[in-house]
Amino acid sequence: MTGTVHDGAGVQIEGIGLHPFGRHPQRTLADLGAAAVSEALRDAGIDGRSVTATFCASAYGGVASGHRVLGQLGLTGGPIIDVEAGCASGAAALALAATAIRSGEHDRVLVVGVDKMPRGMIRSSYFPPWREAAGLAAAPPYFALRAQRLLFDTGLTKADLAAVVVKNRAYGVHNHAAMRREAVTAEAVLDSRLVCEPLHLWMLCAPNDGAAAVVLQRSRPSARRVVRLAAVALRSHRPGDVLDESTPLAGLDDGPIDGSPSATTAAARDAYEQAGVGPENLDVVECQDTDAARELLAYEELGLCEPTEQGRLLAERAAHPTGSLPVNTSGGLLSKGEPLGASALGQVVELVLQLRGDAGARQVPGASIALAQTVGRGANASVTILRTDSLPSSGSGAAATALGTAP
Amino acid sequence: MSTAENADAVAVTEGLFRLLPAPPGELPGIVLIGGWSPTSQRHHFPLASRCPYSGAADVEEVELPTTGRLLLWTAVESAPPGYHGPVPYGFGVVALDDIDLQVVTRLTEADPARLHEDDAVSLVADPLHTDEEGTSVLAWAFAPR
Repeated sequence: MTGTVHDGAGVQIEGIGLHPFGRHPQRTLADLGAAAVSEALRDAGIDGRSVTATFCASAYGGVASGHRVLGQLGLTGGPIIDVEAGCASGAAALALAATAIRSGEHDRVLVVGVDKMPRGMIRSSYFPPWREAAGLAAAPPYFALRAQRLLFDTGLTKADLAAVVVKNRAYGVHNHAAMRREAVTAEAVLDSRLVCEPLHLWMLCAPNDGAAAVVLQRSRPSARRVVRLAAVALRSHRPGDVLDESTPLAGLDDGPIDGSPSATTAAARDAYEQAGVGPENLDVVECQDTDAARELLAYEELGLCEPTEQGRLLAERAAHPTGSLPVNTSGGLLSKGEPLGASALGQVVELVLQLRGDAGARQVPGASIALAQTVGRGANASVTILRTDSLPSSGSGAAATALGTAP
Repeated sequence: MSTAENADAVAVTEGLFRLLPAPPGELPGIVLIGGWSPTSQRHHFPLASRCPYSGAADVEEVELPTTGRLLLWTAVESAPPGYHGPVPYGFGVVALDDIDLQVVTRLTEADPARLHEDDAVSLVADPLHTDEEGTSVLAWAFAPR
């Protein structure tokens, strides 16, 4: 079992909604989720009572998060399934929702992701208490070790990590839903507080509060540009592995590079196969920039570059607004912050805006195929592919020739 | 079990390591307790009831090598939640000598600039903090040789 959803051609995204990511101490989890759901229903132009099932992603929301969200809107009564899969929670909920439609049981379902995270390093019931007491549970040092490995393998430096932050924060300036909306310089990034060598504070995303929602529907004719869910793939860590996923499974590690694919790489392969496209067909990507090095690792794991070739993409400024494949146009988690349950769906919201041509100052001209990726504790990895075109799902060749051109 | 020989020191939790007698005033010796599965032919740490690589239920308790080579390292500059030990503290991955096992570990060296890939390291008892009864709470760490 790989957790894949085969042939997502029959599922389209009818509506999107977002509660800005940030620190919202006066708002409850239900407030945040209800705001995103309301916006998604409004965007879809539908009555919430026409939704027959809801999947709610939350990692820290506690018992029955989805019920609290829908309870505030008077929309309970149907099945509400709460989903937790770390940073991939939203994608896991999306995968279940797509399956619910493809099975024929539901025509229209709601997917919502929501979290309210404590400030600072994330605590997790994933770990036994002794690991916290010994100082071996916090995520940033694991990220730092993976970053160090990346720097060893690629010859990149801390300045290259800073360049990723500069890029994403520059995108974030144009996203009203981002928590940090000021551009930064590489010097300022490197001057921010050292958390764990080589990672400085601004190279790490901030856990925060937020919500995102999506209305999924069985494909049907539409007056406007339709965004289809072409693939959702989920994977978990290799048995015994820890370091690739920054997760101490059992305090052991079978080597960061043993030839078998990481969870993200495996999920990407599944997703490309489902969607009938390859990395060369992508127009825009949202990836898990939990830290700056993690974005560079995603380039490799998603097949955007050959292993250890990240330096070439950086030199070409490929992921920048005028580059060949813009990455994290939303500003990424480095700008938005990360409410775990909402982050994967937040990526989907950004990509739907891009595919509709509604992304404003951060629009990638003519974007028609988009990919979102998350990876986090568990380990959980997800890759989602969206596309908008009238081509059959086997039309990747035609899509490739359309890459970068206006619709 | 690990506390019996050192009434003035206690392990952060039972079952991770064994403390060895030491002269008064000195830190005890230490050895990590891991597992070995004949089915999967692999070591693991900490000791688990089943092999995390294969799920085999034939795990045998073993004492792990106390020396190794440094693979990756950093330092944690401020205390994470639930941690009451000194900061900064070293944090890394060590490949143990003689067996195919890498462990995530504390390092006694908290200045990353003083460490190098493939540095030879040895296991030591590492005091985290003193509990309410005045007893030293110990973890393990690797120290450069």
